[in-house]
Amino acid sequence: MTDWLGPNEWTALLLSLKVAFWATVFSLPVGFVVAYALARGQFFGRGALNVLVHLPLVMPPVVTGYLLLLGFGRTGPLGAVFEDLFGLIFAFRWTGAALAAAIMGFPLMVRAMRLSIEAVDAGLEEAATTLGASRLRILRTITVPLAWPGILAGAVLGFAKGMGEFGATVTFVSNIPGQTQTLALSIDTLLEIPGGEPLALRLAIVSIAIAAVALILSEMLAQRVTNRRTG
Amino acid sequence: MLQVRILKSFGDFTLDAAFDAPAGITAIFGPSGSGKTSVIRAVAGLLACETANVVLSGTSLDRTAPNKRKIGYVFQDARLFPNMNVLKNLRYGGTHDEDAVIAVLGLSDLLDRFPASLSGGEKQRVSLGRALMSAPEMLLLDEPLSALDGPRKAEVLPYLEVLRDQTDIPILYVSHDMSEVARLARHIVVLDQGKVVLAGPLEDILADPAAVPFLGAQDTGSVLTGRVVGHSDDGLTKIETGAGPLWVPGPLGRSGGYLRVRIPSQDVILSRSAPVGMSALNVLSVTITALERGGQAGVIVTLKAGNDRLLARITKRSCDALNLVEGMQVFAILKATAIAPDDVV
Repeated sequence: MTDWLGPNEWTALLLSLKVAFWATVFSLPVGFVVAYALARGQFFGRGALNVLVHLPLVMPPVVTGYLLLLGFGRTGPLGAVFEDLFGLIFAFRWTGAALAAAIMGFPLMVRAMRLSIEAVDAGLEEAATTLGASRLRILRTITVPLAWPGILAGAVLGFAKGMGEFGATVTFVSNIPGQTQTLALSIDTLLEIPGGEPLALRLAIVSIAIAAVALILSEMLAQRVTNRRTG
Repeated sequence: MLQVRILKSFGDFTLDAAFDAPAGITAIFGPSGSGKTSVIRAVAGLLACETANVVLSGTSLDRTAPNKRKIGYVFQDARLFPNMNVLKNLRYGGTHDEDAVIAVLGLSDLLDRFPASLSGGEKQRVSLGRALMSAPEMLLLDEPLSALDGPRKAEVLPYLEVLRDQTDIPILYVSHDMSEVARLARHIVVLDQGKVVLAGPLEDILADPAAVPFLGAQDTGSVLTGRVVGHSDDGLTKIETGAGPLWVPGPLGRSGGYLRVRIPSQDVILSRSAPVGMSALNVLSVTITALERGGQAGVIVTLKAGNDRLLARITKRSCDALNLVEGMQVFAILKATAIAPDDVV
């Protein structure tokens, strides 16, 4: 089984899982706050926030990667801040790949979560208010539990996007085996070397399998939530 | 005592309402679009208004956030939390008087169920219980029965009556159904196009000829409170009211207990001579105290019957044919069937 993929490919697969996992973990809370603000909030700059969130979806990934390089490179303003404060370096590290994956998956994640929050009857939140519940308690006991399937779907979409991100990643952190060479980058490399195609195909199958499993898993979880509610 | 003063503009509609609501049920009555729901949403703090002064027992709630107002709000559509079972719904706002509320509202068999599996009537009972368990200092009921069909209404109404009789907090009850209002409320505030057009004790307002343009002949009339003095073998109940004894259909109440009887003004027939050979059971000797000719074919006749007041809406033609004048002694005929069973409490 281990011969089925070469050591480089195993490394790329595990790296991809790591990158997508951390990208999802960190963007999920931020994404939820943004989705909640867009769904329920009425504030100045709401439209601008909406555009900003969706930009990575419509901009060429290369541009996103380039902007990340400018902002989060070692000499970039934000890159310097993160290095000083947390000792966190993004440039040419797997952390940078995770950042790129998070940014690219963010619009998909926010969109799914926003739709599910909007689908929660605001009347229920109102009813909870009349029963003395604070905003935070309403969020915890009503909004999040009811929007749960959508939040989960958002996480899965973000994760899947993170697994397959190519353009922004390669621009921002380049294609360094063992460091930033994720699944998608690995497939690209294999396609460029003679005789690499069979391995590329195997990696493609692996990535399809992971995507399918993630989707099925989230469907099952969402179904369980629905069943409990109506059962 | 609850004092309310609200000003709110919605485009070309202005809600400008001020009224007082004592302990007990005050009905907020009016046609749809008259601003009833907006009034209680403003009282709850859920509706942002230009002015929304709410004073409860001398304490102003103007600067109190909606979730700190200690209100029990029952929505038209119940709004139970679908992700929680009945018990968790009930306890969401607190566990005040838990055992009593569950017992009184008959909820003990529903506690493990989820809202999706409840009937409309059950949902409203849970919603009412949830509001009560939050230990409210006022209750706001927004047409709690309007989404229910006849039998379900009949299922919930008795619980509302128990509630009315057991609490001493102000209750605002929004409704457009006069039979509900007459059955439950002690006071009434009538809204029309965002303004309070009538307000006061229910009996006084309903028997006020000036109310007819707003309430219609069907909904105006007297609400008499009487004592049950006997039940007949053929299924009638005799009620001694200030206006005289009335027979109403159905074995109602206990002997010695008090019941309310509603007599809509359009269900009163006037006769100058004592009627004989008629199927009507209730004939009262009354004195005409006022005649008011409306804009249309009708005349509103105010009648003094014993210590009570009755209203009769008759046509101008009948009025002229009978030569009715103020001070005249006539007979008021109320067909027993005219007092609809669900109007008898």
